[in-house]
Amino acid sequence: MATAGTNQRQAKLVLLGDMGAGKSSLVLRFTKGQFFDYQESTIGAAFLTQTLSVNDTTIKFEIWDTAGQERYHSLAPMYYRGAAAAIIVYDITNPDSFTRAKKWVQELQSQGSSSLVMALAGNKADLEAKRSTKPEEAQAYAEENGLFFMETSAKTSQNVMELFYEIAKRLPKLQPAAQPAGISFSERSAPPASKSSMCCV
Amino acid sequence: MDEEYDVIVLGTGLKECILSGLLSVDRLKVLHMDRNDYYGGASASLTLNQLWAKYRGTEKPPASLGSNREYNVDLVPKFMMANGTLVRVLIHTDVTKYLSFKAVDGSFVYKQGKIYKVPATDVEALKSPLMGLFEKRRARKFFIYVQDYEEKEPRTHEGMNLRAVKTKELFAKFGIEENTIDFIGHALALHRDDDYLNQPAYDTVMKVKLYAESLARFAGGSPYIYPLYGLGELPQAFARLSAVYGGTYMLAKPDCKVEFDESGKAVGVTSEGETARAKKIVCDPSYLPNKVKKVGKVVRAICIMSHPIPDTNDAQSVQVILPQKQLNRKSDVYVFCCSFSHNVAPKGKYIAFVSTEVETDNPERELEAGLRLLGPIDEKIIDTYERFKPVNESSLDNCFISESYDPTTHFETTVADVLQMYKGITGKELDLSVDLSHASAAEE
Ligand SMILES: Nc1nc2c(ncn2[C@@H]2O[C@H](COP(=O)(O)OP(=O)(O)O)[C@@H](O)[C@H]2O)c(=O)[nH]1
Ligand SMILES: [Mg+2]
Repeated sequence: MATAGTNQRQAKLVLLGDMGAGKSSLVLRFTKGQFFDYQESTIGAAFLTQTLSVNDTTIKFEIWDTAGQERYHSLAPMYYRGAAAAIIVYDITNPDSFTRAKKWVQELQSQGSSSLVMALAGNKADLEAKRSTKPEEAQAYAEENGLFFMETSAKTSQNVMELFYEIAKRLPKLQPAAQPAGISFSERSAPPASKSSMCCV
Repeated sequence: MDEEYDVIVLGTGLKECILSGLLSVDRLKVLHMDRNDYYGGASASLTLNQLWAKYRGTEKPPASLGSNREYNVDLVPKFMMANGTLVRVLIHTDVTKYLSFKAVDGSFVYKQGKIYKVPATDVEALKSPLMGLFEKRRARKFFIYVQDYEEKEPRTHEGMNLRAVKTKELFAKFGIEENTIDFIGHALALHRDDDYLNQPAYDTVMKVKLYAESLARFAGGSPYIYPLYGLGELPQAFARLSAVYGGTYMLAKPDCKVEFDESGKAVGVTSEGETARAKKIVCDPSYLPNKVKKVGKVVRAICIMSHPIPDTNDAQSVQVILPQKQLNRKSDVYVFCCSFSHNVAPKGKYIAFVSTEVETDNPERELEAGLRLLGPIDEKIIDTYERFKPVNESSLDNCFISESYDPTTHFETTVADVLQMYKGITGKELDLSVDLSHASAAEE
């Protein structure tokens, strides 16, 4: 667990990329330190939180996984709404998944906010023998489009922590709370908001 | 898609999405399709460009209206009762974590050309300019009776069996006047016509209690709450729930033709040459036009303004109910206004809706009393849509069809339809006895 810093911030983080690229596996590695070779889509677990400390700031990531809605391209606008960061994942052994990653970047640029931190993750880096996308190519694409790039492996955990740390570092310093002030239903421990903001008196 | 499912849901309106979510949570295998390339069907929220494309053809929205994407204009504007059944469904399914809500500033009622804040408690009744001095005292007694009433506590019944006593008899017992009955029945109990007066009083008393308890919940000016970014967020959130529990989503599926066997039972859905099989079909009326009948027509004005509705204390969000009798009509007129404070319009802009059930050949005229309350209007779109009701027998054809959305500005009727469909589909009642204290805003 991250130690409490002087500043506490929430940041919604969304994952995008083709089915099978390893999005859910990356989240599972980051939040639970686990990996499964036959990762079945975990029912009921498409919303996870994890905190990270960077310098004097503690960032609580609210991580939204696609819940399979990427399969037929039916992600709702709500998925992108208010996201502070996005990880676009492709599989380094699958050239189609790299082509499609670029489409997801376009989609994000039209739907998401302009201050969004975008990371491109070339996942399954442990499968070097089956590689189809060169890191140089992905790096060049990332630089041109304002993303940062890393090759990761949810299996060996290579660069997984680093990926999330890098995102945390790049989040705009004085970013307003990701969650707009409103009535909170789900958790009693939800961040306290002032009464006036909730009741609009 | 060439697979077998337990249920295929057609249309991603709010009702269909709630059902899809509930059925997936029940571990049924659900395929959910929509002919449109967006979520929400008849209950979507549109951006300014989408709104103009729908109603104004090739014309572009004027630049003075501001940024396209800051608009989320509901096609079916409704507020949620803070303690109402939709909130119970949201908490029950934990869908609240995908949404943010804010209280609605005001709840008003129309009387003889003017609007007044709706009094809902004994204390408010005494202060309300809606009633004369003696009437205030009578109304106060009535509200105290309602607040204290508990079905399990006979001493609170004052000798009346509310399951038998008619609503009008209950009002008569307290000596309540006609104008007061009007606002209690229509603005508090949210009845849409006057049939309730001849029904047992229990239902009305429970509805007035719900209003008063919802009002107390967030200490705001109304018993209502509303999601940031508009109601279109609700179907998306329930669709996500369904997907999280394994539901499969396909948008932009043309045709979606329901297939039947020789005995007339639905067996699947064909789209783009592929057929998915299923034991049950759930859909909105537009997917099975031969199994529904027209039951009415709604007219509404969608208005964009640069000021709040006059005489509402500058409410950033407000509901006004114009009871039918005040307008010599059979059904109420509803005014709904929302703004940038709920992220549905750019700063300084307000979206107001006036809607009612059509009773004449000149529907726009029927909205006049409501439109007059709004003051100057920057842009006005008038629209009518027909309402349909299913006429099929689900036990014979395996089809479960929702009713079209009514013109009310709240959700109580919508959720009642969903719960009844859920029972028809699963054969069981949805247990909504959730802990509403989770919905408390008083966190400090
Ligand atoms: N070898 C290897 N396999 C991985 C890696 N990440 C995910 N997988 C496997 O790839 C498959 C798809 O992963 P999943 O996380 O479900 O992908 P998603 O559809 O993008 O969420 C599963 O069988 C995972 O075990 C990785 O880094 N290395
Ligand atoms: Mg996944």
